[in-house]
Amino acid sequence: MVPMVNVSALKDTTLLNMGIFALFVLVTMVIVFRASRNNKTAADYYAAGRSFTGSQNGTAIAGDYLSAASFLGITGAIAINGYDGFLYSIGFLVAWLVALLLVAELLRNTGKFTMADVLSFRLRQRPVRIAAALSTLAVCFFYLLAQMAGAGSLISLLLGISDWGGQSLVIIVVGALMILYVLIGGMKGTTWVQIIKAVLLIAGAAVMTLWVLSIYGFNLSNLLGSAAEAANNPNVLNPGLQYGKSDTSKLDFMSLGLALVLGTAALPHVLMRFYTVPTAKEARKSVVWSIWLIGLFYLFTLVLGYGAAALVGADTIKSAPGGVNSAAPLLAFHLGGPLLLGFISAVAFATILAVVAGLTITAAASFAHDIYANVIAKGGADPATEVKVARRTVVVIGILAILGGIFANGQNVAFLVALAFAVAASANLPTIVYSLFWRRFTTRGAVWSMYGGLASAIILIAFSPVVSGAKTSMIPAANFAFFPLSNPGIVSIPLAFLLGYLGTVLDKRAEDPAKQAEMEVRSLTGVGAEKAVDH
Amino acid sequence: MGNDAHMPDTGVSVDFQEVQQTPRFRELRKRHRSFVFPMAVAFLLWYFAYVLLADYAVGFMSTKVWGNVNVGLILGLLQFVSTFGITAWYVSYSNRRLDPIAQEIRTEIEGHEHDMQTGAAARQGR
Repeated sequence: MVPMVNVSALKDTTLLNMGIFALFVLVTMVIVFRASRNNKTAADYYAAGRSFTGSQNGTAIAGDYLSAASFLGITGAIAINGYDGFLYSIGFLVAWLVALLLVAELLRNTGKFTMADVLSFRLRQRPVRIAAALSTLAVCFFYLLAQMAGAGSLISLLLGISDWGGQSLVIIVVGALMILYVLIGGMKGTTWVQIIKAVLLIAGAAVMTLWVLSIYGFNLSNLLGSAAEAANNPNVLNPGLQYGKSDTSKLDFMSLGLALVLGTAALPHVLMRFYTVPTAKEARKSVVWSIWLIGLFYLFTLVLGYGAAALVGADTIKSAPGGVNSAAPLLAFHLGGPLLLGFISAVAFATILAVVAGLTITAAASFAHDIYANVIAKGGADPATEVKVARRTVVVIGILAILGGIFANGQNVAFLVALAFAVAASANLPTIVYSLFWRRFTTRGAVWSMYGGLASAIILIAFSPVVSGAKTSMIPAANFAFFPLSNPGIVSIPLAFLLGYLGTVLDKRAEDPAKQAEMEVRSLTGVGAEKAVDH
Repeated sequence: MGNDAHMPDTGVSVDFQEVQQTPRFRELRKRHRSFVFPMAVAFLLWYFAYVLLADYAVGFMSTKVWGNVNVGLILGLLQFVSTFGITAWYVSYSNRRLDPIAQEIRTEIEGHEHDMQTGAAARQGR
């Protein structure tokens, strides 16, 4: 008994969707303009003057982290593959404990603007900064490309624009808006966009969750039973539908799980958010807030996913434009008609906008602060020039993201998000952990670990079935895949840890013990940590 | 202020190696590590145990417990519970056992540094 949702009726709501989205853009623009009036220094531009509270920053982190892939992707995965979609979301949540316990506060106490600040703190600046900046740019680029390409397919679903030219135009609009937000608002504006988006997204998901639950008398078992009945397959409630197909796919899921759980706390755009609060204690509060919000949100997606399976039906979802990603919007339409669909669609757009803005400012900060100011100008650049370089970088990255999004549109690039996590976990996390906790760690260890992790993750993915050799590959016609898994983490992460260890024990040079002492004392006590800018 | 060019200049006046060797700092480091390391190992083991069960013990995970709710769903929801629980535990541990001692050390160093700075400023006639 599956009530039909008329997919063609979605097109009638295009104007409404656009209207609600335009309203979101208008409101956030006004806020970004107001917030930007105090942007004077580099600390203002990169770190919002370190003036956000823990709860504000925690909400912004949730806004940054809950991308369209989380919202539309996980709801759709649960609707189609049942339990395995849920399994995916758990890795995304548990990962935050790494950030809470091992990274957030220590990083806030020792860094200034970027991840490289911390990694190069007690090692030789140049080589470590360059490596950290390159891996930051790689992670941001993969993540950004995935978001921009996702925008294309989302448009075909939500706005009913199916021709390539029309979709490209919308990608250009999204990219241009993003450049405007980041250029004008800097980190402060970006943070406000993320906060507003997080509140809208979580509120929208909460309303839909309560709605679905009320249909089933607030009885989870009834909802599950109805989903299994609609799918005509009791196995949607059990693990294995997606990842249990073969031994390779099981191993693949282990590999993905490892990358998710260790990658989150090493994503440069997440790390940079910890600099927007005044103290380490507020950084801790940020993570606590984000854990609650993100956890709550993933619980909602469990109900929404099974709700979509029960009320909309897997076949309707699969045949709709946008495929799996259409589960949440179709459920919204089923529940609340065009108005709720318009709201959820606008939130999905806002999600893409907020996430790409966060990625862009991170990449620009890393280029301007790490590569330009500290490597090219050898620390001699004044902060005003540095911010000027950062702003120009924003424009360049924005244009690259638009072009990349247009060319990647329609390609199967869903693996890019998983790749970004794998690169973060391989190239960044080992060096973060070693430099915070291992006294003997040296520059050579850091450089080997970062380049080894970055290169192995990218090379393995290039020779995996996601790029060639399978029907679902990016290049299905060719076959040069020798690595059987679609996720490189299970090889590249242990390899990067090993390289960091080997590089250190084989390094005859020792690092300055005074710098090590300074980093350790500062990381735990907060002595000399960057203070909030006071206007 | 409005200028970010002030790099923390604590390195000049504070001997961090000396601070690193003080019993109080060593106690802080011990308290921090004796909490975060075992906890990190524990939650990672628990997460991977869950992933392995979901991957290789499908029959067990599919056992129905209450209505349509099976072992897999309960263990999955327990991952949420443990994540929330560890978070709350760490916050309370930090508030009780880490923050006061970190604050003490910070006040001492920054107070000392402050004396030096005001001394220097006075000498420069600011």
